[in-house]
Amino acid sequence: MTNTPLLKVDHAGIRFGGLKAVSDVNMELKEGELVGLIGPNGAGKTTFFNLLTGVYVPTEGSIQLDGKKLNGFAPYKITKMGISRTFQNIRLFSDLSVLDNVKIAYHSLAKHSILSSILRLPPHFSGEKEMEEKAIEFLKIFKLEGVMDEQAKNLPYGQQRRLEIARALAANPRLLLLDEPAAGMNPQETEELMNLIALIREKFKLTILLIEHDMNLVMGVCERIYVLDHGQLIADGTPEQIRNNPKVIEAYLGEEVS
Amino acid sequence: MAKTLKNAKGFWGTIVIVIVLSVVIQFLINGGTLNSFYVNTLFSIGINIILAVSLHLIIGITGQFSIGHAGFLAVGAYVSAIFTMKLAMPFPVAIVAAGLAAAVAGLIIGIPTLRLRGDYLAIATLGFGEIVRIAFLNIDYVGGASGMTVSHLITWPILVACVIITIVVIVNFTNSTHGRACLAIRENEIAADAMGINTTFYKVMAFAIGAFFAGVAGALHAHNFYIIQPVNFGFLKSFDILILVVLGGLGSMSGSVIAAILLTIISTFLSSYPEVRMVIYSLVLIVMMLFRPQGLMGTKEITAFFKAGRTAKGGMQDDKHTVA
Repeated sequence: MTNTPLLKVDHAGIRFGGLKAVSDVNMELKEGELVGLIGPNGAGKTTFFNLLTGVYVPTEGSIQLDGKKLNGFAPYKITKMGISRTFQNIRLFSDLSVLDNVKIAYHSLAKHSILSSILRLPPHFSGEKEMEEKAIEFLKIFKLEGVMDEQAKNLPYGQQRRLEIARALAANPRLLLLDEPAAGMNPQETEELMNLIALIREKFKLTILLIEHDMNLVMGVCERIYVLDHGQLIADGTPEQIRNNPKVIEAYLGEEVS
Repeated sequence: MAKTLKNAKGFWGTIVIVIVLSVVIQFLINGGTLNSFYVNTLFSIGINIILAVSLHLIIGITGQFSIGHAGFLAVGAYVSAIFTMKLAMPFPVAIVAAGLAAAVAGLIIGIPTLRLRGDYLAIATLGFGEIVRIAFLNIDYVGGASGMTVSHLITWPILVACVIITIVVIVNFTNSTHGRACLAIRENEIAADAMGINTTFYKVMAFAIGAFFAGVAGALHAHNFYIIQPVNFGFLKSFDILILVVLGGLGSMSGSVIAAILLTIISTFLSSYPEVRMVIYSLVLIVMMLFRPQGLMGTKEITAFFKAGRTAKGGMQDDKHTVA
């Protein structure tokens, strides 16, 4: 393990016209950490994810992945550099099969060119075969191999969430961003999800940053937690520290009446 | 993997059947069994298949709603006519040149406009089609409004070769990781971007490939009709092509082919009744949209029906190969 953090966010922020959606955020994630990002609704958590993945370009500060500056790169390039994500409102390729969903994420690792595919040259067949095998491997880890020929939109909700995580992992990230992975899940599904996150972290040696409203999940799996409110970080620390931090309690529950 | 091989065999088998069939038709043409009316209809069908399949790649697979396809057809028609009539080049060279010129036009129009989405892209491409038409209308070198006379150089083998090459290229492109990248853009562009797909590159690529084959169709069109005039390439022509793709089912290549065949036959036979032709044609479309809005084939391919028996026990159709 090196001393440079995997992700270093330095005074990053974005303003839309006069509105400061996120400002002055500092964050450091070390290799292999599992960190939570919480905050009340509208605090700017998803906007912050969009900054990390290049959907928005920060108007201030910088974001570095392993010492490399990410500002201004297109989202697909940032994905290739090693940041992959899931979405708060599931964004699967819903008319395509489960298998194709994962294969598409594996696309950036494909080596065969358009020409070799059109002419059906040998690199096409070996490349496609490798993709299919890899994709099935991922589906097995997520226990989705039984439904791999189904259209993604026909899966039950919990499986769709799992498929989205599988797809994000197939893009071969070093840092995985999960945007409310447990949203809409029942306690049992949440429990399974927690185990799954622990498993993939172990297996893929990943660094994970997750946004979540389910406090059981966040407090249960995260080693450190950042709290965002009104676009600014108001606290960071271990779950225990966060639980007792008066600023956090204030942000969530309002000021104590004295 | 075995499944893929089997599909490949079925695909090449279809190609062999098509070749055998076209050889038979060639004999019928030579023997005089098919009169020039039928031969002309066959040529129109072939040209419309190329047009439909090339637009299918742009709209059905990549989901970019382009309604300026007649513009590429015009570029191909005029460039090929210049090559054969003014420069006295052989016809096959003119076809390739027509395709390349249209592809370049596709790149020029695609790179700025493919940042637009939905309605905006549709309007921009519509504008492009009109610009091309007006441009040819005002170039005296190609005859202006009175158009250009072109020799009838199209032959059945050349047409069949062009149709087969178009279909093979587009099917092979679609059934690869590159085609899946295009499908991902159609399904959800934001997610495609987040999964590491260079969405702009693939949109422009699909546009250029589609434009290339529209240009090829333009070359065949020009050398089939003796004369090309800007008025033939207005936005109504773009809508004719669009209708083939929508009627066949967005996302189904065999649907586009079937619709191209059916509609060409219908409009050919209705041309004997010019006063009711457009009425019946429009009625067919209205009835179709009322009772089968997803198009003739939906998103399924014709091969899916043959496989239905084998995959029936799962209760699911073979959706893995819904596209091409």
